[in-house]
Amino acid sequence: MLKIHAVSKTFFPQTVNEVRALRGIDLTIEEGSFTCIIGTNGSGKSTLLNAVAGTFFPDSGTIRVGEADITRWTEYQRARLIGRVFQNPFAGTAAEMTIAENIVLAMKRGLSHPLTAALNKSTKSEIGDRVRMLKMGLEDRLDNPIGTLSGGQRQALTLLMATWLRPRLLLLDEHTAALDPKSAAKIAELTKLIIHQEKLTALMVTHSMQQAVDLPDRIIMMHKGQIVEDFQKEQKKRVRIPDLLDTFDRVQKRELMDESVAEMLIRDYV
Amino acid sequence: MNLIIGAFTIGLILSLLSLGMLISFRMIKFTDITVDGSITLGASLTAVLIMSGWSPWLASLAAFLAGMVAGSLTGILYTRFKIQEILAGILMMTALYSINLRIMGRSNIPLLDTDTVSEWPEQLLFNFAAGENRIPVFGWPVSLIDLSVLITSIIFVAVIGYLLYRFLLTHFGTALRATGNNVQMVRAQGINNNKMIIFGLALSNGLVALSGALLAQYQGFADVQMGIGMMVWGLASIIIGEALVGKSGIGVTITGAILGTILFRLLIAIALRWGLNPNDLKLVTAIFVFAALVAPLVFKSFHKKFQKKSNHA
Ligand SMILES: Nc1ncnc2c1ncn2[C@@H]1O[C@H](COP(=O)(O)OP(=O)(O)O)[C@@H](O)[C@H]1O
Ligand SMILES: [Mg+2]
Repeated sequence: MLKIHAVSKTFFPQTVNEVRALRGIDLTIEEGSFTCIIGTNGSGKSTLLNAVAGTFFPDSGTIRVGEADITRWTEYQRARLIGRVFQNPFAGTAAEMTIAENIVLAMKRGLSHPLTAALNKSTKSEIGDRVRMLKMGLEDRLDNPIGTLSGGQRQALTLLMATWLRPRLLLLDEHTAALDPKSAAKIAELTKLIIHQEKLTALMVTHSMQQAVDLPDRIIMMHKGQIVEDFQKEQKKRVRIPDLLDTFDRVQKRELMDESVAEMLIRDYV
Repeated sequence: MNLIIGAFTIGLILSLLSLGMLISFRMIKFTDITVDGSITLGASLTAVLIMSGWSPWLASLAAFLAGMVAGSLTGILYTRFKIQEILAGILMMTALYSINLRIMGRSNIPLLDTDTVSEWPEQLLFNFAAGENRIPVFGWPVSLIDLSVLITSIIFVAVIGYLLYRFLLTHFGTALRATGNNVQMVRAQGINNNKMIIFGLALSNGLVALSGALLAQYQGFADVQMGIGMMVWGLASIIIGEALVGKSGIGVTITGAILGTILFRLLIAIALRWGLNPNDLKLVTAIFVFAALVAPLVFKSFHKKFQKKSNHA
């Protein structure tokens, strides 16, 4: 479904601040699968999701969704295929606009925006029905500015908006990280529910080992802009949190060794 | 009475300017200085076209379209060429100064004894008043011409205010408003935010130019200097409107901008009557806008200091 081939991205190339955020990523995601990406801070997880969403164009490589090569599509063109939830719970909604107005934009995600009234009675009751599923009492506040809600409530609505029209691909970037534990648990639960109900293809970055073990069908570990581990199918089913932590350690040791070997070689040969 | 009617009429005409600026400053949150040039553009184009025999209606429409072109160019400078919004507006405004001079061929065009868009109610009133030049309003004699301009302005503002209201509540209008609110969200929803900015500025400056077109017809002249400071006047009107009625909802915001402009004009008329030197008008307006902008900040920091003090105690 999603095919990422040899994608690289360097920020600030050829300066002292050069960051090689993605180094030749190859990744294929199956239709209907749920994949979690874990990895240390700065390992390139968000950058990978942003590359798929079109926030920037990769320096090299290709990205395909289904048959379409979307490498050169702009962010807003890709929105037709991709639903997103950001880490910042305020990023996914327009604060000064009402809940209903925010959702009505999501009802047209990637479609044209005609000069017809955006909200009428029937649209509103349709919105109310689906918002009621969140069980947050928000269906009675559809005309309130969304900025008056809590981070957890806004993130729940962002998730609902990202999946209102079924996306070919759902991208979630640590979307529970900025929430209090209770809201985070609720959003994680909701995420699982929606992905299973709608049989969505999802790619989720998480900082929570628990979520990585519990939710997805596949776990990918990133380090320094590369994919260093990939737990799939039977292997994924056996993975427990300590295994993930061990893998982290191993990756870091291996890198230390690489560095000391390099140093040795430099000392001996240069 | 004539003073009030005059202030009312100018207020109504300039409320189209405020409505236009509502779109740029408040909806797409773009500090657009093109305004000073596009109001003059509307005035000068209308003056020239009417003088060369165009119908005032067509001339006003042409002004609206010309304003739209000017606004889109500012938008293109900003989105396509990545020029900062203030600078994009300044470039366009400066260019418009020369363009306006080119259009008029000189710095001032009088519009004496020409048709205006208020011809139609004038005829009607004339028949109604059975040949009199003045009819009493609340006991005061008011000239038919003044009254018909007022009526025309009311109709213009009511129709345009209503259309704008309906437009902002469409799918497209909702997307436009969201663009000023959260660009990241807007892109994630598949909306071309650059297109929205260009269109928003086009519509905004179209209304501003239309305001200029009506103003020229009302004043009876177009002048290349007439746009100077208009942006600040519009901003002052919007701020007054928000203080007057708040900004909860589109209808309220639009009504507020119209009422704010009228009230502002009345205040100016009164201040001038009381002996304010017209030359000081722009300074006074600028100080007013400054005060309105910093008042909330001053209030906040004052509040904080106060809290700190009470914590120490
Ligand atoms: N837009 C950007 N501009 C410059 N540097 C960036 C940008 N986005 C990410 N980076 C850098 O790329 C690296 C990877 O970042 P990121 O993908 O956000 O990591 P993660 O999400 O895994 O914590 C970091 O060093 C970060 O500073
Ligand atoms: Mg990240």
